[in-house]
Amino acid sequence: MTFRAGQLVRIAARKHEGHHRTPDYLKGKSGKIERVHGSFTNPETRAYGTDGLPLETLYLVGFDQPDLWPRYASKAKDRLLVDVYEHWLEAT
Amino acid sequence: MSTVGRLYDRVMERAVHDLGGRPTTAPIDRTEHELADWELLMDAIVGVLGKNGLVNVDELRRGIESMQPDVYERASYYERWLYAIETILAEKGVLSPGELDSRLDT
Repeated sequence: MTFRAGQLVRIAARKHEGHHRTPDYLKGKSGKIERVHGSFTNPETRAYGTDGLPLETLYLVGFDQPDLWPRYASKAKDRLLVDVYEHWLEAT
Repeated sequence: MSTVGRLYDRVMERAVHDLGGRPTTAPIDRTEHELADWELLMDAIVGVLGKNGLVNVDELRRGIESMQPDVYERASYYERWLYAIETILAEKGVLSPGELDSRLDT
């Protein structure tokens, strides 16, 4: 496990290639580790018929809504929480 | 792997299913519909394939995401499941290419 709760991270801005669960709207955006969920099989390799090993750490990452949407018109403190696998996270 | 799968696996800006945050003025259809028999059957088949280790949920998703964008847009929820398991089972050699279509023609 590389990251701890409270750390700031950036979601890798990689383009789409094959099956993955990181939504486009998060790519390149910065957030904060809220929680370490634990280790799970990797859906990106399971999607191609493997056992999904080695296990990947999954994190709950929190984003400020105004950071995600340029014209966000609601409360500036609204946050969005998303599960993201470790290999999509970069230290900031 | 099928040609369709290779198309999907190439690097692209954004895949057709990755809709979150995409600007649209189209209204969201929230109407419910009574499930048809074939839709219930589709759900059961995917459950059995999963339980027997033939198609896992990540493969199912990948199969759906590999649909050509225009076909994906037109397809209903369970039509996408059908497309996906046909793609995955053909990849694994459980179904031969065109097997389902040829059975439907007889």
